[in-house]
Amino acid sequence: MSALVERLWELGPTMVEGTPHAQKIGMKFVAVDKGRATLSLPYNTALIGDPATRVVAGGAVTTLLDQASGLAAIAGFDALGPVATLSLRIDYQRPAKPGETIIAEAICYKVTRNVAFVRAVAHDGDEEDPVATAQSCFMVTGKQYTVEETYKAGDKT
Amino acid sequence: MTPRDAQKLVESIPYAKSLGIEARLMGDDFFLVLPYTDSNIGNPALPALHGGVVGGFMEVCAMAELKRRSLELGDPHAKFAKTIGINVDYLRRGKPVETYARADIFKEGSRVANVRVRAWQEREDKPIAALSGHFLLPRADDK
Repeated sequence: MSALVERLWELGPTMVEGTPHAQKIGMKFVAVDKGRATLSLPYNTALIGDPATRVVAGGAVTTLLDQASGLAAIAGFDALGPVATLSLRIDYQRPAKPGETIIAEAICYKVTRNVAFVRAVAHDGDEEDPVATAQSCFMVTGKQYTVEETYKAGDKT
Repeated sequence: MTPRDAQKLVESIPYAKSLGIEARLMGDDFFLVLPYTDSNIGNPALPALHGGVVGGFMEVCAMAELKRRSLELGDPHAKFAKTIGINVDYLRRGKPVETYARADIFKEGSRVANVRVRAWQEREDKPIAALSGHFLLPRADDK
């Protein structure tokens, strides 16, 4: 495991569960790797979008995919720093099953100096049967720190 | 529809209620308000609203507008449309203040509607985000 990936494993849970809105909806850190991130969202009745079907709101899935894609974008660069979403496209393949945890897996497949390109999939157990797929772009919005600098500077990301 | 009915429509969505979304209806002008709360923050360092909150807020706005339209057209049993796909452009940082959103139904077919939503804070002509989406309209015989 590279020093960067090791550092991402140390910072990842705080980057997700320390985000106020991610914490509010109960999002969990699952895994991170170079240019990759996996998060989960346990079922919660406060997130229902349509009371007739009890299916989780598209907005909650959007938030999960945005957060997972953002973490994959951060993990796609060689130095650690903050990013902001520029654009996010989501296609819904089917409603999420009420009661099931939703898992989002994101892959940052390209970074330029300032922009990261990410695709992600949300599913409730079977990756081959997605709930939604996403395509997004993120922009670097602040100073990026090398792994060594993050140890010196504290948790600035 | 009265302003109270509009508020009830939005509150019937548990997700909208947990974000704290409110409805405003003045004559035929319908828009939503997302009051500021600390729990809607995505980046505490800036600070900035979570992109997912802004996206979810605009999606709720589109669905509420579609249902309002069906109710206004005289379908008392109107159901919520289902999202097929959305495209969100983030234009400015969402500041920790009140946010507004208004939806515009660009095209409504028999099965699918195309809706555009604008979200803004201080000034409507300075949007913080824009959504364009396709929604599957419920049919009377849908279970």
